Amino acid sequence: MSRRLRLWLLAVGGAGLAAVLAAACLELPGFGGRSHPYGTRAVRASLARHTANTIASVNFDQRAYDTLGEMSILFAAVLGCVVLLRQARDEHRERPRPAQVARPVRRYALLVVPAALVCGLYIVAHGQLSPGGGFQGGVVAATALHLLYLGADYRALERVRPLGAFEATDALSVCAYLVLGLAGVLAGTAFLANTLLPYGTFNTLSSGGFVPLLNAAVGMEVASAVVVLLANFLDQAVEIVEEEAG
Amino acid sequence: MSALMQVLPYLIAAYVFLTGCYGLATSRNLIHAVGCLSVCQVSTYILLLAVGYRSGGTAPVFSDIKPGTRPLVDPVVQALTLTDIVVGATVTALLLALVLQIVKRHGTLDPDELRELRG
Amino acid sequence: MHHLLPLLVAVPLLGAALLAAAGRRLPRPAAELTGLLVCAATAALALVLLLNSSPPVVEWAGGWVPVGGESVGIEVIGDGPSLGMATLVSLLTLSALAYSWRYFDEPPRGHAGSFPALMLVFQGAMCGFALAGDLFNAFVFFELMSVVAYALTGFRIDEAKAVQGALTFGVVNSLGAYAMLTGIGLLYARTGELSMSKIGRGLDTAAGHGGPDALVLAAFVLVLTGLLVKAATVPFHFWLPDAHAVAPTPVCMLLSGVMVELGVYGVWRVYGTVFAGPGGIPAADLTRALVTLGVLTAVTGAVMCWYQRHIKRLLAFSTIAHTGLFLVAVGVLTPEGDDGAALYILGHAGVKAALFACAGALLDRFGSVDEHELHGRARELRATGVLFAVGGLALAGLPPFGTGLGKAVSEEAVGGPLTVVYVLASAVTAGAVLRVAARVFLGLGPPPEDTDAYETSGSAERPETSGLLRRVPDTMTTVPAVLLAAALAMGTVPGFGDLVARSVNEAGSGGARASAAWTLHGVLLGLVSAALAVALATAAVTRSHRPSAPAWMTPLRRLQSGHVGDYVAWLLLGSTLLAALALPGVLGG
Repeated sequence: MSRRLRLWLLAVGGAGLAAVLAAACLELPGFGGRSHPYGTRAVRASLARHTANTIASVNFDQRAYDTLGEMSILFAAVLGCVVLLRQARDEHRERPRPAQVARPVRRYALLVVPAALVCGLYIVAHGQLSPGGGFQGGVVAATALHLLYLGADYRALERVRPLGAFEATDALSVCAYLVLGLAGVLAGTAFLANTLLPYGTFNTLSSGGFVPLLNAAVGMEVASAVVVLLANFLDQAVEIVEEEAG
Repeated sequence: MSALMQVLPYLIAAYVFLTGCYGLATSRNLIHAVGCLSVCQVSTYILLLAVGYRSGGTAPVFSDIKPGTRPLVDPVVQALTLTDIVVGATVTALLLALVLQIVKRHGTLDPDELRELRG
Repeated sequence: MHHLLPLLVAVPLLGAALLAAAGRRLPRPAAELTGLLVCAATAALALVLLLNSSPPVVEWAGGWVPVGGESVGIEVIGDGPSLGMATLVSLLTLSALAYSWRYFDEPPRGHAGSFPALMLVFQGAMCGFALAGDLFNAFVFFELMSVVAYALTGFRIDEAKAVQGALTFGVVNSLGAYAMLTGIGLLYARTGELSMSKIGRGLDTAAGHGGPDALVLAAFVLVLTGLLVKAATVPFHFWLPDAHAVAPTPVCMLLSGVMVELGVYGVWRVYGTVFAGPGGIPAADLTRALVTLGVLTAVTGAVMCWYQRHIKRLLAFSTIAHTGLFLVAVGVLTPEGDDGAALYILGHAGVKAALFACAGALLDRFGSVDEHELHGRARELRATGVLFAVGGLALAGLPPFGTGLGKAVSEEAVGGPLTVVYVLASAVTAGAVLRVAARVFLGLGPPPEDTDAYETSGSAERPETSGLLRRVPDTMTTVPAVLLAAALAMGTVPGFGDLVARSVNEAGSGGARASAAWTLHGVLLGLVSAALAVALATAAVTRSHRPSAPAWMTPLRRLQSGHVGDYVAWLLLGSTLLAALALPGVLGG
């Protein structure tokens, strides 16, 4: 199809959809309204189960089944990227060359690595209390490791990043989440039911029953998944080389 | 709040969605196209969060406020947005992996030059 | 019993996670055996739950059983259609895994488990989507199955076509999913709920005595855009041939056999639960929209199917044509229509998967899926040839195949001139399959001349096994044989049609009952379609000196350009079309 024809199609389709969307926006309840029935119920349910962060309660208790799907998407994407970014037939691996890094960059990176790592773990651990949680903290912890790539070189990163172990951790965290969910079925309640552990004291690390455990499983999964994902992309950039024709 | 403010956030979401679609349809670079897809997705964050906002509301986290003292924004849409962000990031990663392989196999990033599948 | 419903998602995911965790240590046969066992266990569970699904059960994940009608949990639905789809998904995944037994040449180094693991995640995702009673949960599983499908489609990264098809698939389907999520956001804003049944009630309450408004229309259009992209409805269908032509054969079996049909199922479920009330979209408007798009899809699919020479692409277009027929049957909104679509989907799954399995055998034996290049070369593959021809006849709806029963019941439901669409679309697609069978497996007729037409030929493809096979392994003929036998059993086992009809009608149709059995009318129309297909194939094979496609086809073919920007423009146009088709009810309301 020619570019001009495509633009015409796009104009007609876009105008139609724009009209539909704009008309719908005018019918929406005004921005900032008071009526949020599901939200109000979610806050009540969260307080009843001693979870200070309502969003964590929604994610890991009330709608934990959605989160299972969500972490499976991440898990599937990791599997998918491992498959899609594998070494093709006409490629080989080269050892990455050591790199020279300016001294201030190096010092700063090495200084920040432990701080960023601790920060990530803190955000994971306090998921059910304060803003943050497994997803957010997991990403921070995983990217912290990659400061080594900036501060030193790819070999340094590879030394602290045994890929097999991270892949296994990724998969085992998904297992852990599922097993916690299945515990509910075995106990005769429901899948992912948060009824087996005491809810603890409000606003402490051990409150919320299963919430901190599921949160931790997600944190581990996200951290290792991000490491593996980035590793696959970095391998493409640094190690995998197409063979010269002929 | 003025009448415009009542609908403006929703209209912005719609605008962002359509902008992303325009970018996707006219893109001449596949990496740019994957970026445009993310733009479309961002519109869903805006819409969800706008739907859940409550005037004067604060975050539904009780580590430092007493329950019942402040109006709260809707926690459900925030959880949905979090899910949405994770979905978006993973889809982007997978699509970029495919783009990487396309560059290797076809030697181009321009969708106009991919001629293997047609008719 | 209802506590076991989420296990249909959890068990395959657990299997996949264990495979991925142990993947580095596991030898390939062990990994594949694990995959098969987990898949079979899920299938058995789905079957047991299906047999206990009357009356329909509901499970609340997390044990958040509603108190005073209100819940914060997620609803999981276990009725006939949802568990029927889950069973179909599981059985088809099982056959695809059996087919791919020692099939791919080389799994990624050190990741022997990755292919079976991805297939298991795919299975779990499709089951989760089928069981979803919560709109956001449906979106999550919709995305999960899409993500796995992109990765599986691009599995053969050495193929230029494969990565291109997978990217197109990924972009178009993700855009559809985001449209769906926007629609869900609008519905949440109006009703403050996510469970489908609660949203439906909320829309009715909000509408009061008035009808639907612009917001309901927009939400309907956006949610349906997502589902119809999955269902490959014209003009959202362009991604499907590109993805199917390049995906590994076992994956094609799943994509064509059940993933696309899940889009149709989603339309049925969402309309029936969310939009069917007085505050939703009036029945007449839905019928207008679905029947128009369905007929358009059936006709486009059939015509494009006839003019393909790439065998897998040909089968992909036939899937599009049949999806159009399913949509028409669902769109008439009668209990008989629902029964017909359900039976047709079941029969079609078996037949289409079997046909793809045969095409895969050709690919691995000859390194080509080009009808012209393979002319007469596959005479030695007698078993595959017989299966392919039988599959073609079954695709036409020849009695007593299950496809024939589904087609007959659908035709009865839609009645009148729409019957013609059913007969023609099934005859043309089946005729194309029979033409391929006659040329490739029998070498009939003069070899077709090559033209420099705007098309994808399918020659010089790389086989999916390590090198060309010298003989076709038994699994690659047994699996299609079993699938065809299953499709045959669906039409011949007495009472099967009524059983399906009862469980479908118990879940939808407001308790109305219809029977679904062979009628004289249906048998005759099935025979007509089959005869027409044979006649078309004969005519094509004997007179092949004409150019492969007439001039009026060229513009239609050029639309299938493989350009992702074109497909996105079509997607926007399609949602506008959908809005226009559903608009009268909103204006009148």
